[in-house]
Amino acid sequence: MNISVKWISQMLGQSLDARDTAHRLAMLGAPADSIDPVGADLDDIIVAEVELVERHPDADRLSLCKVNTGTEVLDVVCGAPNVTAGCRYPYAPVGSVLPGNFKIKRRKIRGVESLGMLCSASELGLGADSDGILELEPSCEVGSRFTDAVGLADAILDLDITPDRPDLLCHKGVARELGAVLEAPFKLLPIPGAVASTTTPVRSEMEGSVGGVTVTLEDSEGCPRYMAAAIEGIKVGPSPEWLQQRLSAIGARPINNVVDATNYILFELNQPMHAFDLDKLGGQVRIRKANQGEKIVTLDDQERDLNEGMTMICDAENAVAVAGVMGGANSEISNETTSVLLECAYFDPRTTRATRNALKMSTDASYRFERGIDIDAMSDALRRAVSLIIAVAGGRELSKPVDVYPRPRQPVTIFLRPERIEKLLGVSFPLDEVSRMLTRLGFVVAPKDGRLAAQVPGWRPDVTIEVDLIEEIARLHGYDEFPTQMIPFRPSSVPNDPIEGLKAKLRSVFTAAGLHEARSLSLGPSGGENAQPVLHPLSSEEAFLRTAILPGLVRSVEHNWAVRERDVRLFEVGAVFEKTDGMPRETLSFAAVVTGRSNPEHWSNGGKGGDYDLWDLKALLQNAVEVVGGRLDQDGNDWVVLNKDGEKIGRAGIQNADAPAWAAPVFGFEVEVTLKRSGHVAYSAVPRNPPLERDLALILPDGVSVSQVEEEIRKSTGSLLESVVIFDEYRADDLAGRSVAWRIVLRSPKKTLRDKDADQAVQRTVNSLRDRLGVELR
Amino acid sequence: MSNETARGRLAELENTLETIATASPSGLAELRNEILGRKAGKLTHLLRSLGELPPEERREIGAAANILKGRIEAAIEKRTAECESADSAVGQSEDLAMPARTLWRGNRHPVTVVVDEICEIFKELGFTRVVGPEVETDEYNFTKLNIPLDHPAADMHDTFYLSPGVLLRTHTSPMQAHTMEKYQPPIRIVVPGQVYRRDPFDPSHSPVFEQIEGLAVDEGITFVDFKAGIDYFVKAFFSKDTKVRFRPSFFPFTEPSAEIDVGCPLCKGSGCSTCKHTGFMEIMGAGMVHPTVFDRCGVDSEKYTGYAYGMGPHRITMIRHGIPDIRLLYENDMRFLGQFVE
Ligand SMILES: [Zn+2]
Repeated sequence: MNISVKWISQMLGQSLDARDTAHRLAMLGAPADSIDPVGADLDDIIVAEVELVERHPDADRLSLCKVNTGTEVLDVVCGAPNVTAGCRYPYAPVGSVLPGNFKIKRRKIRGVESLGMLCSASELGLGADSDGILELEPSCEVGSRFTDAVGLADAILDLDITPDRPDLLCHKGVARELGAVLEAPFKLLPIPGAVASTTTPVRSEMEGSVGGVTVTLEDSEGCPRYMAAAIEGIKVGPSPEWLQQRLSAIGARPINNVVDATNYILFELNQPMHAFDLDKLGGQVRIRKANQGEKIVTLDDQERDLNEGMTMICDAENAVAVAGVMGGANSEISNETTSVLLECAYFDPRTTRATRNALKMSTDASYRFERGIDIDAMSDALRRAVSLIIAVAGGRELSKPVDVYPRPRQPVTIFLRPERIEKLLGVSFPLDEVSRMLTRLGFVVAPKDGRLAAQVPGWRPDVTIEVDLIEEIARLHGYDEFPTQMIPFRPSSVPNDPIEGLKAKLRSVFTAAGLHEARSLSLGPSGGENAQPVLHPLSSEEAFLRTAILPGLVRSVEHNWAVRERDVRLFEVGAVFEKTDGMPRETLSFAAVVTGRSNPEHWSNGGKGGDYDLWDLKALLQNAVEVVGGRLDQDGNDWVVLNKDGEKIGRAGIQNADAPAWAAPVFGFEVEVTLKRSGHVAYSAVPRNPPLERDLALILPDGVSVSQVEEEIRKSTGSLLESVVIFDEYRADDLAGRSVAWRIVLRSPKKTLRDKDADQAVQRTVNSLRDRLGVELR
Repeated sequence: MSNETARGRLAELENTLETIATASPSGLAELRNEILGRKAGKLTHLLRSLGELPPEERREIGAAANILKGRIEAAIEKRTAECESADSAVGQSEDLAMPARTLWRGNRHPVTVVVDEICEIFKELGFTRVVGPEVETDEYNFTKLNIPLDHPAADMHDTFYLSPGVLLRTHTSPMQAHTMEKYQPPIRIVVPGQVYRRDPFDPSHSPVFEQIEGLAVDEGITFVDFKAGIDYFVKAFFSKDTKVRFRPSFFPFTEPSAEIDVGCPLCKGSGCSTCKHTGFMEIMGAGMVHPTVFDRCGVDSEKYTGYAYGMGPHRITMIRHGIPDIRLLYENDMRFLGQFVE
């Protein structure tokens, strides 16, 4: 919402600084997104008086002027025919810059040096020239800043108004709010040439008449109050300069005097108005619900399909406006219009919102109606609008305005308990101070039974319960004025969620392993038939919730490849989703990818570090499984992770990727994260006796896996076995199978083992491997 | 000495070759003495005892023993040289400016670091860390939080729906409702998590981003206490001398509501392009819990009061590191992620 600081200053009768005003408003809850100084590009221009005018010796059409800038008298060459000694003009000194980035330099014009320039209106970007340079009023002080002298200086605040404060969407509201803080009354600006309208609207409950038009209110739910005035004898044309300027300043494009007048009322009083061409209405206005299938062509020349929930303004036959949103083309005023019906209505916020949602259009009017306008201020707004139109477009009121208002609003009264203020804010306020504050904000306050009864003004639909009044007190007192003091707190009854600890563990394990934590969008293209689609996605690339993290990480690998990064190590923990008959299933998942060198290169091995391989992947996978639980199994060339019920909760292997020729294979895995119940580890005695080692090189026939062999070693070696580790694998054509070498460490907690004990144990193992698995010593 | 015994000893001595290859300088001396020592050396002893064998065996084993003696002497010599050169390598001619042998290092995502730091600070104020689902119902995302769907306040949340009534949460605030329904006050929770808004990806928006929500509910909590909690956080997170500003604002689930600005950490309040020359930066929305929220979540709004706050770790991360585009935080570029070494 654009607010002119100059306009507000005039309403409050004091000169306001733009920054200061923006700060005050921010501290009241309406911060400015931007402060846009008007005329700032003319800051260098000053008011100067021409003391002497002589003909240029070498050019008939040029004059040599002695120009008094307030501090010195300079020679300026001027080409304007109207330059006159004794008059004052805007003067651009050497070094200043005019709009359009036109730099003023010291220069010679036909042999005569000219210091600066006297400016015309167009050179200052202020509209068309009439006759040469811009002559200023003699009251403009010589040497003063031009924009100040002519009152052009202004600043536009683009206020960010929260949806609960529709009253701040106009200049009157902002002036009222600032006035409450500055304790200054505000008044509306006089309308040049206006005569105050004295007609009193005629109230009726269902039907009334104005200027020969019968107004029938059939939908009082969608339209609780409908007022209208009729004006005849107007002449549609451009608005006077002051009106155009005021609208332009706040970014509204002037259109014609009637439209400009209604827009002015909108930005001044927050009352949306609509002017119909009275002669196009056929003597009748009906406010009714739309019929299913009914259509209207709106002012923007779009045909709109209506539905039964919408409130329409209709003439005898057709819809002429979508209530509170936009007028129809069929009743639009044109240059030939001489009589208008001026609508001033209150349209129901919810109905307006539903309508503009269904029509997918939002207008200045609908924006305000759906937030709620001041129903009590409508008569004043209509009266002012009528005066304004007559002032700028001529004409006279045909009759008293009509006011169809079946159930006038009953004032809302809220009771405020003083002890509740202290309980919530932590500071106590004397009752009379509270009363004064609320009064300043427009509430009508009276003490009642130790409480305050506050009657809510019509422009504050957001205030509905006691706490809303307490906020008003805090706001007016100033949030920053409250002390900052912590009270002792009791421990939370809510325990920490252990899943957060598990995530932290995964992060610490995998960063320690050299991987970076990634974050990917959980929205993406379909990840299979289980993927949960999103309604109305932003694009097909973001139309589904992810079913897994790993594909996103592989895409990130490809991104890194695209920027010539060969070594990529990433992990991510986050939610994945699956479509079900009911609510989508949401589970926590963990994934990692590695590709490229498994260690940074080092000169000691000639820069030839090895790449990640399957066994690095297995190590990473085991790291994860240690945290989240489960066991590994083989499935083709992949590992799968099984939970204790034997369900697959993870998979690891080489990943398909769109790889450049120089890339290394991508190894990745993903595993579901659930809390595993784990107690504390029980101590087991640290052995004191020395161990004995034995190496076993075994030939494994095809089909025998190392896990079978290891299991057999454990079983048959018995309690002396401390550890068993594979240290070599050897495949050759002359072997029937492959040779795998194990190192077995034996130790007894009770005694120092002798070679004989070890040899016996190993012999047992060798025998049983041969008998049970057909595994022979090499 | 029998024939077999001699062969067995030879085999045993051959095994010592391996030990010699990795022995330390002092171990080498011991081994030399043990094997080749003039009095008790095992090999010396074996050679002396050859006379006890039959003549043909004597020749064969004698030859093998002498070959082994040569091999052992050579091995000891070689190892001695190795040890000496290792000594000199450390002591004399290495250029210690040569780079170390390193390992890859990984780090948490910069947003995670910020999230963890924020949660840690609130932990000091007694807040426990909990999380909730990303798929929610509009009842928990909106209704229980006093956000009517037919009010412009709902426009502040451009929502992804999955089916009628089911949506991707637009904030982590639904956990306020879940927690208040499940636990009795005192409640102090901080809730990090991913949230969704129908905003196309651009330098300052992402359809998915992180949020942290906090809630404190107990008897006796006031606006003054709320200000102190937030002030404590800001000073702990940014710096002790950071300015904090509370501005009135509007959120349907708090009343009074506040927007919290901090003195721009980049220009220290003097004004820069990041803070739009205001010297302040907006970092969170907060306020006293609205009584309607208490009523809808089964908490006695006459007895209890509380405060709630919400902030965006992505934005805070961008401010902290001067990251110009939120999309960088989702690209997973190794050169980007590797900058945030912990
Ligand atoms: Zn700054």
